[in-house]
Amino acid sequence: MTLLAVERIKLLSTRSPWWCALTALLLTGGFTALVVSQSNAQFPATVSATQYAYSFGMAVIMVLATLAVTTEYRFGTIRTTFQAVPNRAAALSAKAAVIALVALVIGEIMAFLPWGLATLIQPEADLALNSTADWINVAGVGPACALAAVVAMAVGILVRHSAGAISLVLIYFLAAENLVTLIPGIGADIFKWLPFNVLHKFVTGNGESANGATYGQPLSTSTLSPWWALAYFAAFAVVLLAISIVTARKRDA
Amino acid sequence: MIEAQSLTKRYGDKLAVDDLSFTVESGRVTGFLGPNGAGKSTTMRMMLGLDNPTGGVVTIGGKRYSELHHPLRTVGALLEAHWVHPNRSARAHLSWMAKSNKISPKRVDEVLDIVGLSEVANKRAGGFSLGMSQRLGIAGALLGDPEVLLFDEPVNGLDPEGILWIRKFMQRLAEEGRTVFVSSHLLSEMALTATDLVVIGKGKLISQSTTEEFVARATDSTVKVRSPHLDRLRPALDRVGATVTTTDDGLLVAGVAGEKIGELAMENQVTLHELAPQQGSLEQAFMQITGDSVEYHADLETEAAEQPAGHAAVTN
Repeated sequence: MTLLAVERIKLLSTRSPWWCALTALLLTGGFTALVVSQSNAQFPATVSATQYAYSFGMAVIMVLATLAVTTEYRFGTIRTTFQAVPNRAAALSAKAAVIALVALVIGEIMAFLPWGLATLIQPEADLALNSTADWINVAGVGPACALAAVVAMAVGILVRHSAGAISLVLIYFLAAENLVTLIPGIGADIFKWLPFNVLHKFVTGNGESANGATYGQPLSTSTLSPWWALAYFAAFAVVLLAISIVTARKRDA
Repeated sequence: MIEAQSLTKRYGDKLAVDDLSFTVESGRVTGFLGPNGAGKSTTMRMMLGLDNPTGGVVTIGGKRYSELHHPLRTVGALLEAHWVHPNRSARAHLSWMAKSNKISPKRVDEVLDIVGLSEVANKRAGGFSLGMSQRLGIAGALLGDPEVLLFDEPVNGLDPEGILWIRKFMQRLAEEGRTVFVSSHLLSEMALTATDLVVIGKGKLISQSTTEEFVARATDSTVKVRSPHLDRLRPALDRVGATVTTTDDGLLVAGVAGEKIGELAMENQVTLHELAPQQGSLEQAFMQITGDSVEYHADLETEAAEQPAGHAAVTN
Protein backbone atom coordinates (compact mmCIF):
# COMPACT_ATOMS: atom_id res chain seq x y z
CA MET A 1 0.00 0.00 0.00
CA THR A 2 2.86 2.33 0.86
CA LEU A 3 4.43 1.85 -2.53
CA LEU A 4 1.11 2.54 -4.27
CA ALA A 5 0.84 5.82 -2.35
CA VAL A 6 4.42 6.69 -3.35
CA GLU A 7 3.74 6.13 -7.03
CA ARG A 8 0.46 8.02 -6.78
CA ILE A 9 2.26 11.06 -5.33
CA LYS A 10 4.92 10.81 -8.04
CA LEU A 11 2.47 10.48 -10.93
CA LEU A 12 0.03 13.15 -9.82
CA SER A 13 2.60 15.74 -8.70
CA THR A 14 3.67 16.34 -12.29
CA ARG A 15 1.57 17.93 -14.98
CA SER A 16 1.76 15.42 -17.83
CA PRO A 17 -0.99 13.06 -16.57
CA TRP A 18 -3.43 15.96 -16.34
CA TRP A 19 -2.57 17.21 -19.83
CA CYS A 20 -2.78 13.72 -21.29
CA ALA A 21 -6.14 13.09 -19.62
CA LEU A 22 -7.49 16.39 -20.92
CA THR A 23 -6.20 15.67 -24.43
CA ALA A 24 -7.75 12.20 -24.42
CA LEU A 25 -11.13 13.63 -23.35
CA LEU A 26 -11.06 16.44 -25.91
CA LEU A 27 -10.12 14.06 -28.72
CA THR A 28 -12.76 11.45 -27.98
CA GLY A 29 -15.45 13.96 -26.98
CA GLY A 30 -14.81 16.21 -29.97
CA PHE A 31 -14.67 13.41 -32.50
CA THR A 32 -17.82 11.76 -31.15
CA ALA A 33 -19.68 15.08 -31.22
CA LEU A 34 -18.74 15.47 -34.89
CA VAL A 35 -19.76 11.91 -35.79
CA VAL A 36 -23.06 11.95 -33.92
CA SER A 37 -24.13 15.43 -35.01
CA GLN A 38 -23.66 14.41 -38.66
CA SER A 39 -25.58 11.13 -38.30
CA ASN A 40 -28.64 10.37 -40.45
CA ALA A 41 -30.78 7.42 -41.55
CA GLN A 42 -27.95 6.00 -43.62
CA PHE A 43 -25.31 6.56 -40.95
CA PRO A 44 -27.25 6.25 -37.69
CA ALA A 45 -25.97 7.29 -34.28
CA THR A 46 -25.36 4.05 -32.39
CA VAL A 47 -23.61 3.06 -29.16
CA SER A 48 -20.76 1.85 -31.34
CA ALA A 49 -20.55 5.24 -33.08
CA THR A 50 -20.03 7.03 -29.75
CA GLN A 51 -16.80 5.02 -29.26
CA TYR A 52 -15.22 5.28 -32.73
CA ALA A 53 -12.48 7.47 -31.28
CA TYR A 54 -11.59 5.26 -28.32
CA SER A 55 -8.31 4.06 -29.87
CA PHE A 56 -7.39 7.69 -30.40
CA GLY A 57 -7.74 8.37 -26.67
CA MET A 58 -6.07 5.07 -25.86
CA ALA A 59 -3.01 6.18 -27.83
CA VAL A 60 -2.79 9.31 -25.65
CA ILE A 61 -3.07 7.20 -22.50
CA MET A 62 -0.26 4.97 -23.74
CA VAL A 63 1.88 8.08 -24.23
CA LEU A 64 1.09 9.06 -20.63
CA ALA A 65 2.06 5.59 -19.37
CA THR A 66 5.29 5.56 -21.35
CA LEU A 67 6.24 9.04 -20.13
CA ALA A 68 5.52 8.10 -16.52
CA VAL A 69 8.49 5.76 -16.62
CA THR A 70 10.79 7.27 -19.26
CA THR A 71 10.81 10.66 -17.50
CA GLU A 72 12.00 8.84 -14.40
CA TYR A 73 14.97 7.62 -16.41
CA ARG A 74 15.39 10.99 -18.08
CA PHE A 75 15.52 12.92 -14.80
CA GLY A 76 17.25 10.25 -12.72
CA THR A 77 14.38 9.90 -10.26
CA ILE A 78 14.33 6.16 -11.06
CA ARG A 79 17.64 5.95 -9.18
CA THR A 80 16.19 7.83 -6.20
CA THR A 81 13.27 5.41 -6.37
CA PHE A 82 15.51 2.32 -6.36
CA GLN A 83 17.55 3.93 -3.58
CA ALA A 84 14.41 4.33 -1.47
CA VAL A 85 13.00 0.95 -2.52
CA PRO A 86 15.82 -1.46 -3.45
CA ASN A 87 13.24 -4.13 -4.31
CA ARG A 88 12.85 -3.05 -7.93
CA ALA A 89 10.18 -5.62 -8.74
CA ALA A 90 7.97 -4.23 -5.96
CA ALA A 91 8.61 -0.61 -6.95
CA LEU A 92 7.86 -1.19 -10.64
CA SER A 93 4.81 -3.39 -9.95
CA ALA A 94 3.38 -0.65 -7.75
CA LYS A 95 4.03 1.83 -10.54
CA ALA A 96 2.25 -0.41 -13.04
CA ALA A 97 -0.72 -0.76 -10.69
CA VAL A 98 -1.04 3.02 -10.23
CA ILE A 99 -0.68 3.72 -13.94
CA ALA A 100 -3.25 1.03 -14.77
CA LEU A 101 -5.66 2.50 -12.24
CA VAL A 102 -5.26 6.04 -13.57
CA ALA A 103 -5.67 4.73 -17.15
CA LEU A 104 -8.81 2.87 -16.07
CA VAL A 105 -10.35 6.03 -14.64
CA ILE A 106 -9.42 8.18 -17.63
CA GLY A 107 -10.62 5.40 -19.95
CA GLU A 108 -14.03 5.22 -18.30
CA ILE A 109 -14.49 8.99 -18.39
CA MET A 110 -13.24 9.00 -21.96
CA ALA A 111 -15.93 6.42 -22.86
CA PHE A 112 -18.93 7.66 -20.88
CA LEU A 113 -18.42 11.38 -21.50
CA PRO A 114 -18.73 11.11 -25.33
CA TRP A 115 -21.61 8.66 -24.92
CA GLY A 116 -23.40 11.15 -22.64
CA LEU A 117 -22.62 13.92 -25.10
CA ALA A 118 -24.12 11.84 -27.91
CA THR A 119 -27.38 11.30 -26.02
CA LEU A 120 -27.63 15.09 -25.62
CA ILE A 121 -26.92 15.77 -29.29
CA GLN A 122 -29.27 13.05 -30.63
CA PRO A 123 -31.85 12.47 -27.85
CA GLU A 124 -34.12 10.36 -30.06
CA ALA A 125 -31.35 7.99 -31.28
CA ASP A 126 -31.17 4.52 -29.72
CA LEU A 127 -28.12 5.00 -27.52
CA ALA A 128 -29.36 3.07 -24.48
CA LEU A 129 -27.01 0.39 -23.14
CA ASN A 130 -29.38 -2.58 -23.57
CA SER A 131 -27.02 -5.51 -24.06
CA THR A 132 -23.76 -6.91 -22.76
CA ALA A 133 -22.18 -5.90 -26.07
CA ASP A 134 -23.39 -2.31 -25.59
CA TRP A 135 -22.00 -2.26 -22.08
CA ILE A 136 -18.62 -3.72 -23.05
CA ASN A 137 -18.34 -1.27 -25.96
CA VAL A 138 -18.55 1.65 -23.53
CA ALA A 139 -17.47 0.44 -20.08
CA GLY A 140 -14.88 -1.92 -21.60
CA VAL A 141 -12.81 1.03 -22.82
CA GLY A 142 -11.54 1.57 -19.26
CA PRO A 143 -10.04 -1.91 -18.72
CA ALA A 144 -8.73 -1.87 -22.30
CA CYS A 145 -6.91 1.39 -21.60
CA ALA A 146 -5.58 0.08 -18.27
CA LEU A 147 -3.99 -2.95 -19.93
CA ALA A 148 -2.70 -0.95 -22.90
CA ALA A 149 -1.09 1.44 -20.39
CA VAL A 150 0.73 -1.48 -18.72
CA VAL A 151 2.04 -2.57 -22.14
CA ALA A 152 3.24 0.97 -22.87
CA MET A 153 4.89 1.25 -19.47
CA ALA A 154 6.71 -2.05 -19.97
CA VAL A 155 8.06 -0.76 -23.28
CA GLY A 156 9.09 2.44 -21.46
CA ILE A 157 11.07 0.41 -18.90
CA LEU A 158 12.80 -1.56 -21.65
CA VAL A 159 13.62 1.38 -23.92
CA ARG A 160 14.12 4.08 -21.23
CA HIS A 161 14.17 7.00 -23.70
CA SER A 162 10.93 8.95 -24.15
CA ALA A 163 11.19 9.53 -27.89
CA GLY A 164 12.22 5.96 -28.69
CA ALA A 165 9.65 4.32 -26.45
CA ILE A 166 6.74 6.54 -27.58
CA SER A 167 7.58 6.04 -31.26
CA LEU A 168 7.77 2.30 -30.78
CA VAL A 169 4.47 2.12 -28.90
CA LEU A 170 2.56 4.37 -31.29
CA ILE A 171 3.98 3.00 -34.52
CA TYR A 172 3.20 -0.54 -33.42
CA PHE A 173 -0.28 0.36 -32.18
CA LEU A 174 -1.30 2.57 -35.10
CA ALA A 175 0.51 1.05 -38.06
CA ALA A 176 2.53 -2.13 -37.61
CA GLU A 177 -0.31 -4.54 -36.80
CA ASN A 178 -2.34 -3.46 -39.83
CA LEU A 179 0.70 -3.75 -42.11
CA VAL A 180 0.92 -7.45 -41.24
CA THR A 181 -2.37 -8.08 -43.06
CA LEU A 182 -0.63 -7.11 -46.31
CA ILE A 183 1.60 -10.17 -46.16
CA PRO A 184 0.00 -12.53 -48.69
CA GLY A 185 -1.45 -15.76 -47.32
CA ILE A 186 -0.19 -15.92 -43.73
CA GLY A 187 -0.71 -12.19 -42.97
CA ALA A 188 -4.37 -12.47 -42.06
CA ASP A 189 -3.76 -15.52 -39.84
CA ILE A 190 -0.99 -13.78 -37.94
CA PHE A 191 -3.06 -10.61 -37.60
CA LYS A 192 -5.85 -12.55 -35.88
CA TRP A 193 -3.54 -13.08 -32.93
CA LEU A 194 -1.82 -9.70 -32.73
CA PRO A 195 -2.54 -8.14 -29.32
CA PHE A 196 -4.22 -4.85 -30.21
CA ASN A 197 -6.41 -6.51 -32.85
CA VAL A 198 -7.51 -8.95 -30.13
CA LEU A 199 -8.09 -6.08 -27.69
CA HIS A 200 -10.31 -4.41 -30.32
CA LYS A 201 -12.33 -7.62 -30.39
CA PHE A 202 -12.98 -7.25 -26.66
CA VAL A 203 -14.28 -3.69 -27.06
CA THR A 204 -16.32 -4.04 -30.25
CA GLY A 205 -17.19 -7.74 -30.21
CA ASN A 206 -18.96 -8.83 -33.41
CA GLY A 207 -20.44 -5.39 -33.94
CA GLU A 208 -23.73 -5.95 -32.06
CA SER A 209 -23.46 -2.47 -30.52
CA ALA A 210 -23.75 -0.98 -34.03
CA ASN A 211 -27.41 -2.12 -34.16
CA GLY A 212 -26.87 -3.83 -37.49
CA ALA A 213 -25.80 -0.64 -39.23
CA THR A 214 -23.75 -1.49 -42.31
CA TYR A 215 -21.57 1.57 -41.94
CA GLY A 216 -19.05 1.76 -39.08
CA GLN A 217 -15.50 1.15 -37.97
CA PRO A 218 -13.87 -2.10 -39.10
CA LEU A 219 -14.28 -4.94 -36.64
CA SER A 220 -11.56 -7.16 -35.25
CA THR A 221 -10.70 -10.33 -37.16
CA SER A 222 -9.95 -12.19 -33.92
CA THR A 223 -11.88 -15.42 -33.47
CA LEU A 224 -11.83 -15.24 -29.67
CA SER A 225 -14.90 -14.35 -27.63
CA PRO A 226 -14.77 -10.83 -26.06
CA TRP A 227 -13.87 -12.17 -22.62
CA TRP A 228 -11.19 -14.51 -23.94
CA ALA A 229 -9.90 -11.60 -25.98
CA LEU A 230 -9.57 -9.55 -22.80
CA ALA A 231 -7.80 -12.42 -21.03
CA TYR A 232 -5.44 -12.85 -24.01
CA PHE A 233 -4.45 -9.18 -24.00
CA ALA A 234 -4.13 -9.15 -20.20
CA ALA A 235 -1.73 -12.10 -20.41
CA PHE A 236 0.26 -10.25 -23.09
CA ALA A 237 0.49 -7.16 -20.84
CA VAL A 238 1.54 -9.17 -17.78
CA VAL A 239 4.22 -11.10 -19.69
CA LEU A 240 5.64 -7.91 -21.18
CA LEU A 241 5.66 -6.25 -17.75
CA ALA A 242 7.40 -9.28 -16.23
CA ILE A 243 10.08 -9.21 -18.94
CA SER A 244 10.65 -5.50 -18.37
CA ILE A 245 10.92 -5.95 -14.58
CA VAL A 246 13.40 -8.81 -14.91
CA THR A 247 15.45 -6.64 -17.26
CA ALA A 248 15.32 -3.65 -14.89
CA ARG A 249 16.48 -5.82 -12.00
CA LYS A 250 19.52 -7.06 -13.90
CA ARG A 251 20.47 -3.72 -15.37
CA ASP A 252 22.45 -0.96 -13.68
CA ALA A 253 20.02 1.79 -12.79
CA MET B 1 30.72 2.09 8.90
CA ILE B 2 31.19 1.31 5.24
CA GLU B 3 33.33 -1.57 4.09
CA ALA B 4 34.31 -2.31 0.51
CA GLN B 5 35.97 -5.63 -0.24
CA SER B 6 37.60 -6.33 -3.61
CA LEU B 7 34.94 -4.21 -5.28
CA THR B 8 35.18 -4.56 -9.05
CA LYS B 9 33.07 -3.11 -11.86
CA ARG B 10 33.63 -3.86 -15.51
CA TYR B 11 31.86 -2.08 -18.38
CA GLY B 12 32.56 -4.12 -21.50
CA ASP B 13 36.33 -4.47 -21.64
CA LYS B 14 36.95 -1.43 -19.42
CA LEU B 15 37.57 -1.84 -15.71
CA ALA B 16 35.95 1.15 -14.00
CA VAL B 17 36.66 -0.12 -10.48
CA ASP B 18 39.45 -2.61 -9.95
CA ASP B 19 39.67 -4.76 -6.81
CA LEU B 20 38.97 -1.82 -4.51
CA SER B 21 39.02 -2.40 -0.72
CA PHE B 22 38.69 0.26 1.96
CA THR B 23 36.78 1.11 5.12
CA VAL B 24 35.04 4.30 6.14
CA GLU B 25 34.79 4.96 9.89
CA SER B 26 31.91 6.65 11.66
CA GLY B 27 32.24 10.03 13.35
CA ARG B 28 34.59 11.37 10.71
CA VAL B 29 34.40 12.99 7.32
CA THR B 30 36.15 10.67 4.91
CA GLY B 31 37.13 12.12 1.56
CA PHE B 32 36.95 9.96 -1.55
CA LEU B 33 39.55 11.48 -3.77
CA GLY B 34 40.49 10.76 -7.34
CA PRO B 35 40.80 12.44 -10.72
CA ASN B 36 37.73 12.62 -12.95
CA GLY B 37 36.95 9.19 -14.35
CA ALA B 38 38.73 7.37 -11.52
CA GLY B 39 35.59 5.37 -10.63
CA LYS B 40 34.32 7.39 -7.67
CA SER B 41 30.72 7.73 -8.83
CA THR B 42 30.59 4.11 -9.96
CA THR B 43 31.80 3.04 -6.51
CA MET B 44 29.14 5.18 -4.84
CA ARG B 45 26.41 3.79 -7.10
CA MET B 46 27.49 0.28 -6.12
CA MET B 47 27.30 1.27 -2.44
CA LEU B 48 23.66 2.21 -3.02
CA GLY B 49 22.84 -0.95 -4.93
CA LEU B 50 22.17 1.01 -8.13
CA ASP B 51 24.96 -0.65 -10.10
CA ASN B 52 25.69 -4.33 -9.64
CA PRO B 53 29.36 -5.04 -8.87
CA THR B 54 31.09 -7.41 -11.28
CA GLY B 55 32.94 -8.76 -8.25
CA GLY B 56 33.40 -8.07 -4.56
CA VAL B 57 30.98 -6.62 -2.08
CA VAL B 58 30.30 -3.36 -0.29
CA THR B 59 28.47 -3.33 3.04
CA ILE B 60 27.03 -0.59 5.20
CA GLY B 61 27.00 -1.47 8.89
CA GLY B 62 27.64 -5.08 7.87
CA LYS B 63 24.69 -5.29 5.47
CA ARG B 64 24.40 -4.98 1.73
CA TYR B 65 22.28 -2.02 0.65
CA SER B 66 19.52 -4.28 -0.71
CA GLU B 67 19.23 -5.95 2.69
CA LEU B 68 18.48 -2.69 4.51
CA HIS B 69 14.93 -2.20 5.72
CA HIS B 70 13.75 1.32 4.82
CA PRO B 71 17.23 2.17 3.52
CA LEU B 72 16.74 5.96 3.55
CA ARG B 73 16.73 5.72 7.34
CA THR B 74 20.21 4.20 7.34
CA VAL B 75 21.89 5.75 4.32
CA GLY B 76 21.30 9.21 2.93
CA ALA B 77 22.91 10.04 -0.38
CA LEU B 78 23.33 12.90 -2.78
CA LEU B 79 24.78 11.56 -6.01
CA GLU B 80 23.35 14.04 -8.52
CA ALA B 81 21.58 17.23 -7.52
CA HIS B 82 19.42 17.24 -10.65
CA TRP B 83 17.83 13.84 -9.99
CA VAL B 84 14.53 15.63 -9.45
CA HIS B 85 11.57 15.94 -11.79
CA PRO B 86 11.68 19.59 -12.91
CA ASN B 87 7.91 20.03 -12.70
CA ARG B 88 7.62 18.58 -9.22
CA SER B 89 7.80 20.89 -6.20
CA ALA B 90 10.57 20.47 -3.66
CA ARG B 91 8.00 19.40 -1.09
CA ALA B 92 6.36 16.84 -3.40
CA HIS B 93 9.78 15.41 -4.22
CA LEU B 94 10.62 14.93 -0.54
CA SER B 95 7.08 13.76 0.25
CA TRP B 96 7.20 10.71 -1.96
CA MET B 97 10.66 9.84 -0.66
CA ALA B 98 9.43 10.16 2.93
CA LYS B 99 6.35 8.08 2.19
CA SER B 100 8.41 5.28 0.65
CA ASN B 101 10.35 4.74 3.88
CA LYS B 102 7.52 5.51 6.30
CA ILE B 103 9.12 8.76 7.42
CA SER B 104 6.75 11.28 9.02
CA PRO B 105 5.57 14.08 6.69
CA LYS B 106 6.64 16.53 9.41
CA ARG B 107 10.23 15.54 8.73
CA VAL B 108 9.87 16.95 5.19
CA ASP B 109 9.32 20.44 6.60
CA GLU B 110 12.15 19.91 9.09
CA VAL B 111 14.75 19.08 6.45
CA LEU B 112 13.51 21.87 4.17
CA ASP B 113 14.13 24.18 7.11
CA ILE B 114 17.60 22.73 7.82
CA VAL B 115 18.76 23.38 4.26
CA GLY B 116 16.96 26.72 4.08
CA LEU B 117 14.46 25.92 1.34
CA SER B 118 11.22 26.40 3.33
CA GLU B 119 10.27 29.49 1.36
CA VAL B 120 10.51 27.81 -2.04
CA ALA B 121 9.12 24.43 -0.88
CA ASN B 122 6.12 24.63 -3.22
CA LYS B 123 8.02 25.97 -6.22
CA ARG B 124 8.88 23.64 -9.07
CA ALA B 125 12.37 22.20 -8.67
CA GLY B 126 13.14 22.82 -12.35
CA GLY B 127 13.49 26.52 -11.61
CA PHE B 128 16.07 26.03 -8.86
CA SER B 129 19.63 27.29 -9.16
CA LEU B 130 22.42 24.73 -8.85
CA GLY B 131 22.98 25.74 -5.23
CA MET B 132 19.29 25.30 -4.41
CA SER B 133 19.17 21.92 -6.20
CA GLN B 134 22.22 20.86 -4.21
CA ARG B 135 20.43 21.86 -1.00
CA LEU B 136 17.32 19.95 -2.05
CA GLY B 137 19.52 16.92 -2.67
CA ILE B 138 21.01 17.29 0.80
CA ALA B 139 17.51 17.61 2.27
CA GLY B 140 16.68 14.29 0.59
CA ALA B 141 19.80 12.71 2.03
CA LEU B 142 18.92 13.92 5.55
CA LEU B 143 15.27 12.89 5.31
CA GLY B 144 15.60 9.58 7.15
CA ASP B 145 18.00 11.00 9.78
CA PRO B 146 20.54 8.43 8.54
CA GLU B 147 23.71 7.15 10.21
CA VAL B 148 25.61 7.11 6.95
CA LEU B 149 25.79 9.94 4.41
CA LEU B 150 27.23 9.77 0.92
CA PHE B 151 27.89 12.88 -1.15
CA ASP B 152 29.27 12.79 -4.69
CA GLU B 153 31.11 15.99 -5.62
CA PRO B 154 28.75 18.13 -3.53
CA VAL B 155 30.60 21.42 -4.07
CA ASN B 156 30.89 21.16 -7.86
CA GLY B 157 29.72 24.37 -9.43
CA LEU B 158 28.84 26.08 -6.16
CA ASP B 159 29.80 29.63 -5.23
CA PRO B 160 32.21 30.17 -2.30
CA GLU B 161 29.35 30.74 0.13
CA GLY B 162 27.71 27.47 -0.87
CA ILE B 163 31.02 25.61 -0.63
CA LEU B 164 31.62 26.91 2.90
CA TRP B 165 28.08 26.00 3.92
CA ILE B 166 28.40 22.41 2.68
CA ARG B 167 31.87 22.00 4.20
CA LYS B 168 30.70 23.10 7.68
CA PHE B 169 27.56 21.08 7.29
CA MET B 170 29.42 17.84 6.61
CA GLN B 171 31.75 18.45 9.53
CA ARG B 172 28.78 18.97 11.82
CA LEU B 173 27.19 15.73 10.63
CA ALA B 174 30.42 13.88 11.45
CA GLU B 175 30.57 15.53 14.89
CA GLU B 176 27.12 14.07 15.55
CA GLY B 177 28.76 10.66 15.14
CA ARG B 178 27.61 9.93 11.60
CA THR B 179 29.65 8.37 8.85
CA VAL B 180 30.23 10.97 6.15
CA PHE B 181 31.74 9.85 2.86
CA VAL B 182 32.30 12.60 0.33
CA SER B 183 33.93 12.41 -3.08
CA SER B 184 35.91 15.10 -4.82
CA HIS B 185 38.57 15.50 -7.49
CA LEU B 186 40.11 18.47 -5.63
CA LEU B 187 42.67 17.70 -2.93
CA SER B 188 42.64 21.31 -1.75
CA GLU B 189 38.92 21.03 -1.04
CA MET B 190 39.29 17.68 0.72
CA ALA B 191 42.21 18.96 2.81
CA LEU B 192 39.80 21.48 4.33
CA THR B 193 36.85 19.13 4.76
CA ALA B 194 37.96 15.57 5.40
CA THR B 195 39.91 14.02 8.27
CA ASP B 196 40.49 10.75 6.40
CA LEU B 197 41.17 10.15 2.75
CA VAL B 198 40.56 7.23 0.43
CA VAL B 199 42.47 8.01 -2.75
CA ILE B 200 41.82 6.14 -5.99
CA GLY B 201 43.05 6.40 -9.55
CA LYS B 202 41.87 4.38 -12.56
CA GLY B 203 39.62 2.37 -10.25
CA LYS B 204 42.48 1.20 -8.04
CA LEU B 205 43.19 2.17 -4.43
CA ILE B 206 46.20 4.49 -4.21
CA SER B 207 46.14 5.12 -0.49
CA GLN B 208 43.98 5.19 2.59
CA SER B 209 45.25 7.38 5.42
CA THR B 210 44.46 10.48 7.40
CA THR B 211 44.40 13.68 5.39
CA GLU B 212 47.42 15.02 7.32
CA GLU B 213 49.51 11.99 6.46
CA PHE B 214 48.53 12.15 2.83
CA VAL B 215 49.27 15.86 2.53
CA ALA B 216 52.62 15.50 4.33
CA ARG B 217 53.59 12.65 2.07
CA ALA B 218 52.30 14.41 -0.98
CA THR B 219 54.03 17.72 -0.48
CA ASP B 220 57.74 16.99 -0.64
CA SER B 221 58.98 19.94 1.46
CA THR B 222 61.92 21.84 0.03
CA VAL B 223 63.78 24.83 1.39
CA LYS B 224 64.89 27.77 -0.67
CA VAL B 225 68.35 29.12 0.25
CA ARG B 226 69.89 32.40 -0.93
CA SER B 227 73.39 33.29 0.14
CA PRO B 228 76.45 35.14 -1.22
CA HIS B 229 78.57 32.17 -0.07
CA LEU B 230 76.86 29.28 -1.82
CA ASP B 231 80.21 27.78 -2.84
CA ARG B 232 80.95 27.05 0.84
CA LEU B 233 77.43 25.96 1.81
CA ARG B 234 76.92 23.54 -1.02
CA PRO B 235 79.62 20.98 -0.10
CA ALA B 236 78.33 21.03 3.48
CA LEU B 237 74.83 20.24 2.23
CA ASP B 238 76.15 17.47 0.03
CA ARG B 239 77.92 15.91 3.04
CA VAL B 240 74.62 15.58 4.98
CA GLY B 241 72.95 13.94 2.01
CA ALA B 242 70.65 16.76 0.89
CA THR B 243 69.31 16.93 -2.66
CA VAL B 244 70.34 20.29 -4.02
CA THR B 245 69.02 22.00 -7.14
CA THR B 246 70.44 25.27 -8.42
CA THR B 247 67.96 27.95 -9.35
CA ASP B 248 68.40 31.45 -10.78
CA ASP B 249 69.00 33.16 -7.49
CA GLY B 250 69.93 30.38 -5.07
CA LEU B 251 69.44 26.74 -4.17
CA LEU B 252 66.45 24.50 -3.63
CA VAL B 253 67.27 21.98 -0.92
CA ALA B 254 65.26 18.84 -0.29
CA GLY B 255 65.73 16.14 2.32
CA VAL B 256 67.03 18.43 5.07
CA ALA B 257 64.98 20.54 7.46
CA GLY B 258 65.38 24.33 7.47
CA GLU B 259 66.82 24.33 11.00
CA LYS B 260 69.61 21.94 9.97
CA ILE B 261 70.52 24.16 7.02
CA GLY B 262 70.74 27.15 9.36
CA GLU B 263 73.08 25.25 11.70
CA LEU B 264 75.25 24.16 8.77
CA ALA B 265 75.47 27.78 7.62
CA MET B 266 76.49 28.87 11.12
CA GLU B 267 79.21 26.16 11.34
CA ASN B 268 80.62 27.16 7.97
CA GLN B 269 80.28 30.91 8.66
CA VAL B 270 77.98 31.41 5.72
CA THR B 271 75.76 34.47 5.58
CA LEU B 272 72.19 33.62 4.65
CA HIS B 273 69.96 36.06 2.73
CA GLU B 274 67.01 33.78 2.65
CA LEU B 275 66.00 30.49 4.22
CA ALA B 276 62.40 29.76 3.24
CA PRO B 277 60.48 26.49 3.40
CA GLN B 278 58.56 25.90 0.16
CA GLN B 279 55.15 24.25 0.45
CA GLY B 280 54.46 22.48 -2.78
CA SER B 281 50.89 23.08 -3.93
CA LEU B 282 48.47 20.36 -2.97
CA GLU B 283 47.24 20.03 -6.52
CA GLN B 284 50.77 19.50 -7.81
CA ALA B 285 51.35 16.86 -5.18
CA PHE B 286 48.08 15.15 -5.96
CA MET B 287 48.94 15.09 -9.65
CA GLN B 288 52.31 13.55 -8.86
CA ILE B 289 50.73 10.78 -6.80
CA THR B 290 47.87 10.01 -9.13
CA GLY B 291 49.91 10.99 -12.19
CA ASP B 292 50.12 7.56 -13.74
CA SER B 293 46.50 6.81 -13.09
CA VAL B 294 44.85 9.81 -14.67
CA GLU B 295 42.46 8.49 -17.27
CA TYR B 296 43.08 10.93 -20.11
CA HIS B 297 46.63 11.86 -19.19
CA ALA B 298 48.36 9.96 -21.97
CA ASP B 299 45.89 11.09 -24.60
CA LEU B 300 46.41 14.74 -23.78
CA GLU B 301 50.17 14.42 -24.01
CA THR B 302 49.98 12.66 -27.34
CA GLU B 303 47.63 15.33 -28.61
CA ALA B 304 50.00 18.06 -27.52
CA ALA B 305 52.90 16.30 -29.22
CA GLU B 306 50.93 15.94 -32.42
CA GLN B 307 50.10 19.61 -32.61
CA PRO B 308 52.01 21.53 -35.29
CA ALA B 309 55.05 23.30 -33.89
CA GLY B 310 53.83 26.77 -34.85
CA HIS B 311 50.58 26.27 -32.95
CA ALA B 312 52.41 24.92 -29.92
CA ALA B 313 54.63 27.97 -29.90
CA VAL B 314 51.64 30.25 -29.83
CA THR B 315 49.99 28.44 -26.96
CA ASN B 316 53.20 28.36 -24.98
